[in-house]
Amino acid sequence: MTRLSRRRVRAIFTKDLREFRRNRSLTVGMGIIPILFSIQPLITVLTLSSSASSALRHEHVLLYMLGIPALVPALVAAYSIVGERQQGTLEPVLTTPVRRDELLLGKALAALVPSVAVAYLVFGFFLACVELFAAPSVAPAVIRVPDLLAQLVFTPLLAGWSIWAAMLISTRANDVRVAQQLAMVASLPSVAVIVLVALNFIPASLVTAAVAAAALLLLNRIGLRLVSATFDRERLITGSK
Amino acid sequence: MSADHLSKRFGGRIAFDDVTFEVGRGEVFGFLGPNGAGKTTTVRALGTLIAPSSGSATVAGIALEPENGVEIRRRISVMPESPGLYLRHSVVENLECFAELYEISEPADRVERALAAVNLADRAHDACGTLSKGLRQRVALARALLNDPEVLFLDEPTSGLDPVAAREVHELIDGLRRRGVTIFLTTHRLEEAERLCDRVAILNTTLRMIGRPDDLRDRLFTKTLSVKVRDPLAEPDRVFAGLPGVDGWRQDGPGGYLLGVSDTNLAAPAAVRALVATGADVLSISEARHSLEDVYLKLIDDEAVGR
Repeated sequence: MTRLSRRRVRAIFTKDLREFRRNRSLTVGMGIIPILFSIQPLITVLTLSSSASSALRHEHVLLYMLGIPALVPALVAAYSIVGERQQGTLEPVLTTPVRRDELLLGKALAALVPSVAVAYLVFGFFLACVELFAAPSVAPAVIRVPDLLAQLVFTPLLAGWSIWAAMLISTRANDVRVAQQLAMVASLPSVAVIVLVALNFIPASLVTAAVAAAALLLLNRIGLRLVSATFDRERLITGSK
Repeated sequence: MSADHLSKRFGGRIAFDDVTFEVGRGEVFGFLGPNGAGKTTTVRALGTLIAPSSGSATVAGIALEPENGVEIRRRISVMPESPGLYLRHSVVENLECFAELYEISEPADRVERALAAVNLADRAHDACGTLSKGLRQRVALARALLNDPEVLFLDEPTSGLDPVAAREVHELIDGLRRRGVTIFLTTHRLEEAERLCDRVAILNTTLRMIGRPDDLRDRLFTKTLSVKVRDPLAEPDRVFAGLPGVDGWRQDGPGGYLLGVSDTNLAAPAAVRALVATGADVLSISEARHSLEDVYLKLIDDEAVGR
């Protein structure tokens, strides 16, 4: 396999990050999804009395927050290729020596880094709110070490899978909005699994976590290969073939 | 750079077919043709963006093969018809990104030089979205100069520009020619091709003609002398028939005559002598020059008639 150029990956990463930061529709989307995903659990937890905290023992409230890394990167990654195509910037980039995998890796990292950062930040904010404002016995019932570890491990794994799925859609789509909507739909199965685990329909155990992590690692690997195989310069430039 | 029987098909549609040409180092080569003739697709094929369906080519001395794509792209630059700038980024941010993609050593210095070359140093930190179309075109040209390309593909570089902005682009192309950069220029502007190009090719899916603008004119049109006298000649046939180098004549308004000639240097003095001998007052005598536009229109018209 040809060696990838870190410098070119970094150039794509920096450029995309800057583009995302200055694109208002993307920043608004990146802000709204975490609010939607944190507000409901926050209200539930903060309105619970100490006596009702035992009900939380059978739930994993923190895991709801994994919806953020499942959905936020999908929004950004879905934009990354079709967005460039629509604004006519893809062709000049493809005339440079950048290799397909360098371009894809740079773009994936540019979607991953802010999404994971947002997910961890919102999670930290949630924990701080629970610690500071929840009834005394609620915080220990909500904040459990295995759930914290799950959050830490599954945030990048879920984000990675969402990114590859969204980029796969982005290489085939002709419109940014359509790509983003399809990417959101593609992320829903992940969200459904998270909700089932959070509600204890799927038992949260070390085995479940190991299987889920292995499955996500595999999906990430397959995702990269699939996006790489689907990325066809000719079709992206001419719209034909 | 060379193309040998190069073709590109999209399914059943032929974009360009059986295109063969060579471009020398440092040459400005014009690629002319109507809309849909296959000019941009040819640029994209030679720029390794799309794969040709058949034929072969060499770009910057490297065979146009999929495995050579990166190496070819290192040595060339393509300026597409649409500037394709990141409008939310500043001029310098756009250029820095591409300098990194080309892995240029001392990118800041190169960006500065490219900006100076297109007279945009004072707009370096403006967002590209705030620039006029002409300025965006200049940024795109600066971007194309970053890697000091051996071959520069310019696809309609002055499309949509006002005459002043177009002239600035022409001056830049002239400057690049002086530096020995090979330029492949597609254009609709025939006066632009005539002014800038050493040779031109006229494409309409297949290559119709290729050569220096003067050669194309000579191939398609007979040389003509335009003669103007104060009063119409009484017997023009007696004056012009049999003159050395003159093949025929026709009236061109009152007191005007167009002489078909095989050799201007022979025919012009002979015509002047004959006119003076008949007592005619000669107002002017000049070689009627067909423009590249005449060549282009004749080729395209002939083709339309032939269909």
